[in-house]
Amino acid sequence: MIKHDVVIVGSGLAGMRAALEVCEGLDVAILSKVYPSRSHSGAAQGGIAASLGNSEPDSWEEHLYDTVKGGDFLNDQDAAEEYVKAAPRVIYELEHFGCVFSRTPDGKIAQRSFGGHSKPRACFSADRTGHAILHALHEQLLKRSKSIKIYSEWYMHSLVLDGDRCNGIVVSDIRTGAVEVMQARAVIFATGGYGRVFNITSNAFASTADGVMAAYRAGIPIEDAEFVQYHPSGLYRQGILFSEAARGEGGYLLNGEGERFMEKYAPSRMELAPRDIVARAEQSEMDAGRGVDEKDIIHLDLRHLGEARIMERLPQIRQLGIDFIGVDCVKDPLPIQPTAHYSMGGIPTDKFGQVIFDAEGTHVRGFFAAGECSCVSVHGANRLGTNSLLEAVVFGERAGRGALEYVKTVGHAPVNESHEKTKVLEQFEGIFQRDGKESYNDIRKEMKTIMTEKCSVFRDEEQLKVCIDTIKKLQERYKNGKITDKGKLFNTEIYEILELGNMLGMAEIIANGALNRKESRGGHYRTDYPKRDDENFLKHSLTYKTDKGMEIKYKPVVITKHQPAERTY
Amino acid sequence: MITFKIKRYNPEKQAEPYFEEFQLDVQDDLTLLDCMNEIKWTLDGSLTYRMSCRSAICGSCAVKANGHAILACQRQVRHLVKDDDTIVLEPLGNMKPIKDLAVDFKPFWEKIDKVKPYLQPKQKAPEKERIQSPEQFKFIDDSSTCIMCGACYSDCDVLEVDDNFLGPAALAKAQRFVQDSRDEKTLERVKELSKPGGIWDCTHCAECVERCPKPARPFDRIKEIMTVALEQGVTNNNGARHALSFAKSVKSSGRLNENIIPVESVGFFNFKGLFDLLPVGLRMFFKGKNPPILHKSIDEVEDVKRIYRELNE
Repeated sequence: MIKHDVVIVGSGLAGMRAALEVCEGLDVAILSKVYPSRSHSGAAQGGIAASLGNSEPDSWEEHLYDTVKGGDFLNDQDAAEEYVKAAPRVIYELEHFGCVFSRTPDGKIAQRSFGGHSKPRACFSADRTGHAILHALHEQLLKRSKSIKIYSEWYMHSLVLDGDRCNGIVVSDIRTGAVEVMQARAVIFATGGYGRVFNITSNAFASTADGVMAAYRAGIPIEDAEFVQYHPSGLYRQGILFSEAARGEGGYLLNGEGERFMEKYAPSRMELAPRDIVARAEQSEMDAGRGVDEKDIIHLDLRHLGEARIMERLPQIRQLGIDFIGVDCVKDPLPIQPTAHYSMGGIPTDKFGQVIFDAEGTHVRGFFAAGECSCVSVHGANRLGTNSLLEAVVFGERAGRGALEYVKTVGHAPVNESHEKTKVLEQFEGIFQRDGKESYNDIRKEMKTIMTEKCSVFRDEEQLKVCIDTIKKLQERYKNGKITDKGKLFNTEIYEILELGNMLGMAEIIANGALNRKESRGGHYRTDYPKRDDENFLKHSLTYKTDKGMEIKYKPVVITKHQPAERTY
Repeated sequence: MITFKIKRYNPEKQAEPYFEEFQLDVQDDLTLLDCMNEIKWTLDGSLTYRMSCRSAICGSCAVKANGHAILACQRQVRHLVKDDDTIVLEPLGNMKPIKDLAVDFKPFWEKIDKVKPYLQPKQKAPEKERIQSPEQFKFIDDSSTCIMCGACYSDCDVLEVDDNFLGPAALAKAQRFVQDSRDEKTLERVKELSKPGGIWDCTHCAECVERCPKPARPFDRIKEIMTVALEQGVTNNNGARHALSFAKSVKSSGRLNENIIPVESVGFFNFKGLFDLLPVGLRMFFKGKNPPILHKSIDEVEDVKRIYRELNE
């Protein structure tokens, strides 16, 4: 059995920031199924929000209001307030770590405009901000390599929970297939999102709900799973991201008739309305037959920005366009469509990153979560661009500090190693021994297709029921799948199968949550219930696993400064 | 129909690698990674490689295609096929294969570690951000785009013969701090990087610039460190002496004085180093390959001198 004081699962921004916070004087391990610098935080492009006021006067109060309004008033405002207040400090800290930021002429961190933010608040490093921060944190991790052990290419299978206390995790080494129990005084999940359940997504192959589903299987609910953000500018058919910064820098969105259609949907903010509104506007145009070439294509037009500005501020986007579709945005518009991008929902935590079981805030002792896998909830029903990198850093730090304080009070609890290990070994054997007929690839494809078709920007009861029904059938077929690689050495196939199992569970939770929420709010839009319904649904959903299937309970929204108001832009 | 000739290796089953062919009907706009996935998901689930972001930022999916390292997600297959409609895929070079196209990155990361890849700042941090001008940012802009994919490391000619060489990625990472206006260890860094295995062991072939999928262009960064090292007076090493002697010779005569450069490179009072040159010199002499004893300038040497003056040396 492997033993550490604190084990962190996931090594993106949240995980690495947590590791830096908790490593003083403790034996800390950080686990990644890829390598830390390959985490999906690195794909974030446009920026990280903080009211530094480096180009225009700004305040945390304005950042808070924008965030709450952007989240359609489902945000827990106490947590959101502490979060926006912490923003400037954590950005300065990243800069002190050595993070490379673009600069203003007088040498301060440069800031640009972003959707839903009333001030230029996005601190950025050209159009690779996530990459810059990820590598800055990775550098700090290497600097502290004596106190933080990195487990690269290890997979987390399950949580070891004893009543309300978390005592470790079960993991395996992807390169050897060896299963191990990791005993820990505290566990922090920073496992990211689950965009891979959709066909069109900006997410990496690694974003497969592993952490969220491990928590769910252990009896912890999933909060607000129905809220998935569709980013307005995914590359047509591929879904990979063209940063909102392209619009922040002044890019236009055009329909097939060459119109800047956002005028109809958000006249005051135009292309810089929040993502849920822009994605719906695009989908509405395409559904009305006004897509480019009558396909599901919208044009992102940057030509008027000029080559110099594009090369200075958006060089990566230009290169992506050239490499992936042979379109140079200096000369031609980029073909885009909405793409599943971010999960507002996740493992419920309090504002200190500690995981909770229920609406009363009962703690799971020794278990923390931060970043996209968690739901604090600072984003409510729709996250503003640049707020996710901020969330990862602020709550990564908080979860790290929470774990640090917690382990002062407890030692290692006993873990039944053989019992925990056997469960995972049996799962492996089950997949190896199955002499099934089904192709896991077909199952994965059908899941992704049905989720993008029936549980996407626009939803309704009928479609969601079809979606859930299909997912349930796929879950049955999954039990009858066929594996080709039966070896132990670097068997990426079996890990993809495990990930598919997680995604099939997650897809059902999302669709079920969407069916249950009979209103439209933020990223969740029901054509059969097109209005926000504060009377019945101004509350967080909590989906529990029970013997009889899923059960949804509710948690009140914390409202402090801003009463829900009509949301127009 | 495109044929993918893939180098397979699974030591659990067979000690030696072998090539296996897969055929795919490929649509026009598919990336190489799309095709590898199609092979894995429909033809042979045991095909092993790394991948994650599929947008050329995580650095997972570098492989060798037709002999050169590339990022599989970044390149469209139709740009890679040879005339006979085949693509040959192999694991990255200069690292040990683990299985199929996945290699062991351990030496790569160990070398990154060696360059102290983190900011060692001046003074205590101020309350707000450290000031850095856009011009100062420009010095570290390109190197900070490195995604650690290992493509440069794979195709580096020096690493093929010298395990001790830090390699292009680690040196590009080093430049990121050597020229960061916020870092105070510039001199210590360039001293360290001037030792054997560092910047002067690069042979300037610029293969790494060809292979780099980002604007990081390691060899350009290596040249920048060399410049800083010379500016900082870190010249007491063979590499720097060689560079200076080279420049001096061209400046004074318009060509290389091959008698003097080796001597100046190892140092006049480095008796052991000079002694080591002897056997080579003698062999050259007996084969009639020694340069003329009397070194002559080229006819247009004044033009060369003018170039030097204009470039401000």
